[in-house]
Amino acid sequence: MQDTLFRTLGRASAAVMNRAALTRHLTAKLADEAVVGGIGNTHFDLWAAGQRAHNFYMLGSMGLAIPIALGVAIAQPKRRVIALEGDGSLLMQLGALGTVASVRPANLAIFVWDNGAYQITGSQATLTASTVDLVAMARGAGIARSTWAEDETHFDALVGEALTGSGPMFVGARTDNAPPAGVTERDPSRIRIRFMDAIKT
Amino acid sequence: MIQEAVAAADTWDAAVVRILKANKVSLVTYVPDKVLAPLIRRLHADEYFTVINPAREEEAVGIVSGAYLAGVRGIVLMQTSGFATLPNVLASLALPFQIPLLMMVSERGTLGDHQLGQAIVCSTLRPILEALRIEHFAIERREDLEFVADRMIQQAFATQAPAAMILSPLLTNRAGAPA
Ligand SMILES: Cc1ncc(C[n+]2csc(CCOP(=O)(O)OP(=O)(O)O)c2C)c(N)n1
Repeated sequence: MQDTLFRTLGRASAAVMNRAALTRHLTAKLADEAVVGGIGNTHFDLWAAGQRAHNFYMLGSMGLAIPIALGVAIAQPKRRVIALEGDGSLLMQLGALGTVASVRPANLAIFVWDNGAYQITGSQATLTASTVDLVAMARGAGIARSTWAEDETHFDALVGEALTGSGPMFVGARTDNAPPAGVTERDPSRIRIRFMDAIKT
Repeated sequence: MIQEAVAAADTWDAAVVRILKANKVSLVTYVPDKVLAPLIRRLHADEYFTVINPAREEEAVGIVSGAYLAGVRGIVLMQTSGFATLPNVLASLALPFQIPLLMMVSERGTLGDHQLGQAIVCSTLRPILEALRIEHFAIERREDLEFVADRMIQQAFATQAPAAMILSPLLTNRAGAPA
């Protein structure tokens, strides 16, 4: 199963999908998993997919979705934790991939929406639009279970793996430049308290 | 409560370990600093602590913040240069989300440093903390360590606010600790 899930295709061979649709696919399968949504349109679409109390929406601190999710995963090893991040944001904090690989949390899955752009600030190109392959970087950082999502069927299977498999995993999903499906409410205290109450052990 | 008599007998780094345990701070993230080396060694050797050394101080803040949201207390160790990389995440994560982020900053670039760049970075430390209105205090004397660190940690959690404990060379270097 694992061999066919984590594939060696490069970025160019991955289908371009829609971020809002993929986010809905993902959250539809969730129960009490914690999700950290990164800055940019990432957390907008997480919000638009349904305001789960188990979601933490980042309103700033660009690049920190993965470190924050790692902290949650370390603190609660029995809970599945998912980091959603944009390509531009991850490019700002690539060392985080090595940190995840060396800590090796069994319960952390990373999904990166790669639209090749800083979409929210005007769709300026990111480095992935030219040369950078983030899945190759994740693999190079030591996250062996890293793959591009080849298409929606593959993406759905990877979500299943994120909820049942063991060890950190990294999924790159190429996305289009359709606008986000909603806008996150911006009250940091409410976001934090709701999230903390939802995942309290 | 920590007993002053016992406390005065041991080194600053041994005391920090004791204070962290007394306050249930079990997660430590750091980017190294030479002055902090003895403390970092102790933390790695102690099973009570989960110790993580990410690539950047911003990551270290993210990890400790996430752990706090999930019920575990942590602290970030860094030197002055590391702190100077943090204003954006302090202003956009720790402060607005009211996360009691504990920071321990080894103060470099003052009291005999030989690098101009380090000294200039040091001159940004307090202005940044003051601009962000983050509680901070420089610990200079061994006999103040328990009181200041213990109280600052308690206040951070009680008030849901970040706190920066600055370790002055007067504390860490006066008795010939590594420069
Ligand atoms: C340190 C920092 N630099 C720049 C910005 C401005 N900014 C906010 S979101 C963003 C783009 C995020 O890009 P990406 O993660 O790819 O998400 P997308 O907008 O494509 O959804 C930028 C540049 C910022 N908030 N923080």
